[in-house]
Amino acid sequence: MNKQKALFAGVVVLVVAMVAALLVALVLLSIGASPLETYKTILTGPLSDLFGVTEVMVRAVPLMLVGLGIAISFRSGILNIGAEGQIQMGVIAATAVALALPGQPKAVLLPLALLAGALGGAIWGGIAGWLRARLQVNEILSTVMLNYIAAQIYTFLLRGPMLDPNELETGSGTPQSMRLPDAAFLDYLVPGTRLHTGLILALVAAVLVWVLLWKTTLGYRMRAAGAGAKAARYAGIPVERYLIIAMLLAGGFAGLAGAVEVTGVHHRAIEGISSGYGFAGIVVALFGGLHPGGIVPSAVFFGILLIGADMTQRTTAVPANMVLVLQGVIILSIVSAQSFLRNPYAQERLLRWLARFLPGASSEQKGGQP
Amino acid sequence: MNMGVGIYNVLCLAVPFSVAILVAALGENFNQRAGVFNLGCDGIMCMGAFLGFMLPYSVKTGALAPYGNLLGLACAMAVGAAFGLLFALVTVTFRASQGIAGIGLQMLGWGLSGTLFRHFVGGVTGVEGIASMPIPGLSKIPFLGGVLFSHNPLAYVAFLLVPASWFLLYKTPWGLKVRAVGTHPRAADTMGIRVDRTRYQALMLGGAMAGLAGAYLSLCQAKMFSDDLVAGRGFIAVALVYFGRWSPLGILGGALLFSIAQSFQLSMQVWGIKFPYEFAVMLPYVLVIVVLALARKARQLGPTDLGKPYNREMRF
Repeated sequence: MNKQKALFAGVVVLVVAMVAALLVALVLLSIGASPLETYKTILTGPLSDLFGVTEVMVRAVPLMLVGLGIAISFRSGILNIGAEGQIQMGVIAATAVALALPGQPKAVLLPLALLAGALGGAIWGGIAGWLRARLQVNEILSTVMLNYIAAQIYTFLLRGPMLDPNELETGSGTPQSMRLPDAAFLDYLVPGTRLHTGLILALVAAVLVWVLLWKTTLGYRMRAAGAGAKAARYAGIPVERYLIIAMLLAGGFAGLAGAVEVTGVHHRAIEGISSGYGFAGIVVALFGGLHPGGIVPSAVFFGILLIGADMTQRTTAVPANMVLVLQGVIILSIVSAQSFLRNPYAQERLLRWLARFLPGASSEQKGGQP
Repeated sequence: MNMGVGIYNVLCLAVPFSVAILVAALGENFNQRAGVFNLGCDGIMCMGAFLGFMLPYSVKTGALAPYGNLLGLACAMAVGAAFGLLFALVTVTFRASQGIAGIGLQMLGWGLSGTLFRHFVGGVTGVEGIASMPIPGLSKIPFLGGVLFSHNPLAYVAFLLVPASWFLLYKTPWGLKVRAVGTHPRAADTMGIRVDRTRYQALMLGGAMAGLAGAYLSLCQAKMFSDDLVAGRGFIAVALVYFGRWSPLGILGGALLFSIAQSFQLSMQVWGIKFPYEFAVMLPYVLVIVVLALARKARQLGPTDLGKPYNREMRF
């Protein structure tokens, strides 16, 4: 049974990817671009040299962290759409801490900044968790609203209190914060590229999330709350508390992603720093099967897509918004396929239908069905 | 500053602001009454806004030019219905999780409208749009004339949609079916109501109304299109349905409350009251959260099977 399930899951991922690719090809045709050429640019362009590969990994790091957080929240039965705002809050907190303690050595300042970022995101996510657990406010709506609110707070701070004094002097007025002190920078992994040690951090985080969800009591209870709130409550699990914890963790990972972006890549808070990672993270988590082992490769894959989409804008004049279309289509196909995976009747029907074309396999599909 | 003039200005602005969220929320009400929670409303509005803008823009010089606006509205509603159909396929036929699917639809609509706009238009361009049409006679009434009867034709349509959707929901056989499949699909099924078909119809109607709401934004309010024209109004519309307790009249009240808050915020800037601009902009979004927190008791009044896929093959 398990083997068959795994087989189905694999087949479904392939089918989902193909359906999504076909649907998006229709869109590409409608704007007069060649789908094959566009896909070739997207998938092979970023990997053509070492710099491209490192850039893909630079994008994969925040995607991985955000995706891990979202997987925790989805597994716990709370749909966190607010990673975008949580990232921005993480950026603000990390930047503020790094700028407030300029003289500190690296061993103190960098961990503090990262921790502050995680805390900032956790608070922002925790608000939505608390609203859901205590006031039954739908978490999807509240996190979407918190995204808009965070974006306004972010621009307010960058244009007002946190604006780089240099910008005022020179009068260019770019809304950005001061440059962080060097002690708050993440080290570079590959000299001459932008790839930083945040990658190691993200991979460690993936292992930790796996341990948390599948090897600890806390994780077990969170998954139980997500799998069936009623049953979990009968078993004595205070579901509401675990909803809040899940949102704190999800927000914390998104905030950490923001802190990693600011200490590893941009070295100052700039406008548009989250650049859609919050939404892409949802797709990364779903595409990775809400499991750290799947999220890591899926983050790399979407890193390729993001870089590739930028390239198509330059070479084949396909707007980079295209990636949003692709993400939307992938989400719709995945959730449609998931219900198929849950439905043994539909699977059996499909197997029977397939068996008609493969007469040799008909003996194999017997048994194993509940 | 004269107090009366201030109130008059706020109210005059509030009515046009309320139209888009009102129409979208009335449409979303049909979806939710049928038991489907459509968060993709925002994405559908983006597509409606884009097509509502695109058609008059592209036939500007052709023989169809005089019908450009009508074509735009029709196409916006058609694409809305098509997106509703897609959402019905995913959530009713494939029984996918509605919350996540809604976010997927939102991304699709948002991304697709942006992609097509950048490809076919590129920069910021205006269209003539639909001019406002004061109702002769009625618009001359002091105070009320300006507040109620000097607006865009679509605004009148929107307010007529309130009694129309009330009538449709409570006084027609179809409305009864919609409410039945949202409240107790199994009982409805037993009585011979086609649950899936009714949900499909409700989602298409809701989608068409969301498309119309988007077209209002681009054709009547902004008279242009941009990626962030809709700016989360679709999500506000979903929240309004909760706030209005699934009744068209309640939704009208909610829409007016929101638009008065919004026009008050704009008027404050005109009056020169010192207040950071960003905090004024976030006001409606904060209001949504507060309203949702206060409206939690109303949940019991809503369709009881909201958000649950129905499978006639499954026993309990």
